[in-house]
Amino acid sequence: MRLVRGMAALAISVALTSCAQPSSDHAAAVTPNAVMSSGAMKEPEGDSLRRLRLLTSDQYINTLAYIFGDDVKVDANFAPLPRTEGLLVVGASKAGITESQVEQYQRVAAAVSALAVDRRHRDFIVGCAPADAKGADAVCAAKFLSAVGRLLYRRPLSDALLKEAVDNAGETAVRLKDFYAGLQLALEGMLLSPRVLLVADTAEPDPMNPGRQRLDAYSLASRLSLFLWNAAPDDALLKAAESGALQTEKGRTLAVDRMLASPRLEAGVRAFFDDMFGFDQFTALAKDPMIYPAFTGKMAADAREQTLRTVVDQLIVKKKDYRDLYTTRETFLSPMLGAFYGVPASTWVPYEAPAGDPRVGLLTQVSFLALHSHPGRSSPTLRGKALRELLLCQPVPSPPANVDFSALENPDPRIKTQRARLELHRTNPVCAGCHKITDPIGLALEHFDGSGQYRETEKGAPIDASGALDNRQFTDTVGLGQSLHDSPALSSCLVKRVYSYATGSTMSADDRTTLEYLDTRFAAQGYRLPALLRSIALGDAFVTIRNVPPPAAKTASLSAP
Amino acid sequence: MANFNRRRVLRGMLNGGAVTVALPLLNCFLNGNGNALASGAPMPVRFGNWFWGCGMNARIFTPAKFGANFEFPEESAPLTKVKKHLNMFSNYNAYRDGAPNLCHYSGWVIIKTGQAPESRTDRPASTIDTLVARQIGRTTRFPLLTATATGSANTSFSYENGTPNPAEWSPLNFYTRLFGPEFQNPNAATFTPSPRVMARKSVLSGVMEQTKSLMAEVGAEDKVRLDQYFSGLRGLERQFDLQLTKPTPIAACVPEKAPKDPQTGMPSELVAERHDLMTQLMVMAVACDQTRVFNMAYSEAQAATIKVGYEKPHHTTTHEEPVDDKLQYQPVVSWFTLRAMEKMADFVEAFTKIKEGDGTLLDNCLIYCTSESGLARIHSNDGIPIFTAGRAGGRMKTGLHFDGKGTSHGKIGYTVMRLMGLDVKSFGTKSNEASSPIGEIVA
Repeated sequence: MRLVRGMAALAISVALTSCAQPSSDHAAAVTPNAVMSSGAMKEPEGDSLRRLRLLTSDQYINTLAYIFGDDVKVDANFAPLPRTEGLLVVGASKAGITESQVEQYQRVAAAVSALAVDRRHRDFIVGCAPADAKGADAVCAAKFLSAVGRLLYRRPLSDALLKEAVDNAGETAVRLKDFYAGLQLALEGMLLSPRVLLVADTAEPDPMNPGRQRLDAYSLASRLSLFLWNAAPDDALLKAAESGALQTEKGRTLAVDRMLASPRLEAGVRAFFDDMFGFDQFTALAKDPMIYPAFTGKMAADAREQTLRTVVDQLIVKKKDYRDLYTTRETFLSPMLGAFYGVPASTWVPYEAPAGDPRVGLLTQVSFLALHSHPGRSSPTLRGKALRELLLCQPVPSPPANVDFSALENPDPRIKTQRARLELHRTNPVCAGCHKITDPIGLALEHFDGSGQYRETEKGAPIDASGALDNRQFTDTVGLGQSLHDSPALSSCLVKRVYSYATGSTMSADDRTTLEYLDTRFAAQGYRLPALLRSIALGDAFVTIRNVPPPAAKTASLSAP
Repeated sequence: MANFNRRRVLRGMLNGGAVTVALPLLNCFLNGNGNALASGAPMPVRFGNWFWGCGMNARIFTPAKFGANFEFPEESAPLTKVKKHLNMFSNYNAYRDGAPNLCHYSGWVIIKTGQAPESRTDRPASTIDTLVARQIGRTTRFPLLTATATGSANTSFSYENGTPNPAEWSPLNFYTRLFGPEFQNPNAATFTPSPRVMARKSVLSGVMEQTKSLMAEVGAEDKVRLDQYFSGLRGLERQFDLQLTKPTPIAACVPEKAPKDPQTGMPSELVAERHDLMTQLMVMAVACDQTRVFNMAYSEAQAATIKVGYEKPHHTTTHEEPVDDKLQYQPVVSWFTLRAMEKMADFVEAFTKIKEGDGTLLDNCLIYCTSESGLARIHSNDGIPIFTAGRAGGRMKTGLHFDGKGTSHGKIGYTVMRLMGLDVKSFGTKSNEASSPIGEIVA
C-alpha cells in the first residue's frame, strides 16, 4: 500500500550553492507532463518528526477566543520566534524559553483568567453557580475546570490534575472568601502549565505497521488543529480522538473534511500566509513621512489585510489555482487603499482592476511592494530577493563582507533611475553574481515606488519595466506575474512551506519523497490549496513519527574556574 | 579575609600583575553588594548595556589622545557632557577566527559572548548581561529588563540559552509592567501581604510538578527547553516571595505617571522620543530596585533610523552614501551617528539625576555601551567602539581613553564581568579569549 505507484518523472534541479544558479532548495520541481499522468499516484512511505512546539501568540489568542468568546481578548505578544527555513512556526519547535517570557506568560494568564470570571462574563463562561459565592464549591469548580481544562490541555485532564485544579480553586476561595477568585487562580495555573503553552507530541506504537510509531489520537488532533485552524482542537475533534475514530481512515477523513469546511479554516490559512509572506515585518515597517506622507501605520495594516483577504477569497472561497494569485486582477480595497488606488471605497469592497492596469497579482499589492523597499525609495534588489526567497524557496546569499559599496555609488545627478544605478552593480564582477538573480525581477516592479504607489517616471526619467525571471524575458509587471505563475518552483515552494508548517519541522532528505509526492498530487489537483491541505492532513507522513537519535545540546562558551 | 580593604587589595593586585591573583580573594571583594561608598552603606552595583547600530568613522569619532586628557572630536562630541563618567575603548577588534563575517551580526555577538557565530541561525548562547543577571539579578523583581527605542520587540541583544529576551518596545506597556497594579511601592505607608499572591505561589508549585513530569516524556534537546521553563517558574516564585516581603523604603523611588506611546515610525525624532520615555522608565526601575541589570537598544544593528527627507535609512546610507570629497567622510552617516551619541549621552546623564548615597545612581552602575561594527561602510569588525559609564560602586575609574592596540574586545568583556563580581577565570574563545582584566581601569 505504501509503495510509490505510477511515480511521475521529476525534474530535479541542483541545490543553490552560489548566486550563479538559482534553484529550489528542496530541489524538486514537477514537469507539466508528470502532472497529467499522476492522478492515481499513491502516497509513498513517509514520516515526520516528533515535536515540542511553543504555542504562538496567535494560536494562544485564537484558542482562548474559541473557548471563552471574542470578549476575552488580551494582548499576548509572546517573544518573537526565530524564523527557521522561512517560517516562524518552525522556529516554535526549537525556541528556548527565557525567564522574562515565563513572566510574560504569567501576566497574560492573570489577565485572561480575571476577564473570564469577572461579573460580566462569569454567568456565560462558568456554566454553573456555586452554592455560596463566598466559599468553595467543588462540584461547580470541577465542572468548569474539567471542561475548560480539556480544551486548554487538548486532552481530558487526568484525575490528579483535575483534583489539583479543584483544590487550588477551593483553597483560594476559602482564603479570599470568593468562589470566583478561586476559579480565577486555578485557571491562571492551568494557563501557565507547560502542557498548555507547549504542544508536546506523544507517540505510540502503530498497530497497523509493527515497528513504527504514530502520534496518539490527541496529538494528532492538536497537530491537525494547529495546522488547519491555528488553534487548539474543538470539542468535536477531541471527541473523535477520545472515541478512537480519529485513528481510523474514515474517522480522520470525516474530521479533516469538517475542519476544511469550518469557518475556522480562514484563520488557519491567514496564519500560514502571514507567516510565509514574512508579514511579521509589518510591525517594524516604517516609511519616511516626508517622502511618502500617505503611507501611515494604518496604511500598512490595510496593505497586510488586503493581501490576506485576497488569498482567502481566491484560494478558499473561490477555490482557484494557487498560481493565479500572481496574475489575478481581483482584490479588495479599504477606504485608505481606495485613495491610494484612485478608486473610491467607503468600506472594504471587492475590486477588479481593469484590463491594461499594471496592478496584477500579489506582487503589485502594496504589501509586497512596500515591505520590500527602503523607507524612502523602491528597491529592485530587495523585491527580487523577496520573490526568490519567499515565493520560490530559493535563498539568496547575503552581500559579501568587507566590500566598499560606496565605491559603486555615483553621485552623478544625471543618473535618475534605479535601473541606471543598479547597472553599476551588475557590471562589477563581485556584485554581479547575486544582483543578476534579483534585480531583473525587481526592475519589472519599478513602476511602483517605495510605498507601492504607481508612477510613470522616476525623477523625471521614463521607467523601463522590462525584466527577466530565470530565462524568461518580459516587458512589464503583467509579464513578471505570468512568468512567476508558470515557474515550477512556485508551486513546489508552496508545497514545501505548507508541509513544513503542518509538521513544525525543517525539511531534510528524509522528507524528499513525501514532498515529491505532494508536488505531483498538488499539480494533478489543479494547484488547489484545500486539496493540498487535505492531502497533507490525511497523509501517512503527517501522523507517522520518525525514529531519530537525539542531537547533542548546545553549550555556552563560558568557562568556570 | 573580612579585614581586607577591597580597593587596597585590587590596587596591590593590579600593580603586581592581576593574572596571578587567586580567584576567591578577588571574589570576596567584587561579588555581591558594593562596599565602596564613602558612607559605608552597602549599595548594590547595577549592570547596564546600551547599544547603537552601524558603528562610527574613527577619523572623526576617536579622540586623538589616550589616557585622561582627551577630547571627543566632532562625531562623538555629544558625549562631552558626560565625559567624566565615561571610559572609551578604541582599537579593540572582534576576531572571527575563520568564521564567516556575518555583516552586522558577528561583531556584536563576539563582543557580547566572546565567540564568533558560524551562521545567522547560530544564535548567541548567553550574552554578558544574562550571565551577570544570574549573579546579581536574583534578589530583585526582574532579573533583567530589556528595552528599545525602535518600537519593535525584536530589537534585543540580550540572549539567554540561545533565546532572545524580547525588548520592551511600548513605553506604556513597559510602564504597566513596572509600575502597574503588581508594583509594590517601597515607600507605601502600610504593607499587607497579598493573599492573592500567596494563592498564586501555592498554585505555582503544581505547575512546577507538571513541568518535571513533562520533562520525563521528551528527548534531551527538549528537556533543556523545559528546564529553562522550570527556571522561569522559579523566577516567578522569587517574584511572588518578594511581593510578600515588606520592601525597604527607597527615597529616590518616585514613579511618574503612565506615558503615552509615541506614534510608530523610525524618523530620528520619534526614535529619540521613544528613547527618552524608555530611559525615564528604566532609570526609575533601577532606582526603585526593580532590577539590577538593564539593557537599552537605540537601534537595530542594521539601524533603520530615518533622517526625514533623506531617502535611505541609516544602515543603507552607510553603504551607499558617497564619501564627500572635501570632508573625506559620509556626511549623512555621520549625522546618524551624532543622533545616536546624543541619546547615549542622555541615557548616561539620566542616571546622574538620581541621588543615591553620597553620589548618584550612575556611580553605582556599570553601563557597557557598544555597537556592532567599526566602519559600517565596509562591515568592519575592527575597532568597534566600546564605552563604559559609571563607577561600578567605586570599583572602576572613569574619564579614561584606552588604546587596545588591536587586541580583542574579549578583554573588556572579561574586565566588566569581573567588576560585576562574576566568578569566571576566562571569557570568550580562541583569539577573543581573555583571562585577565584591564588593570588600569580598576579603582
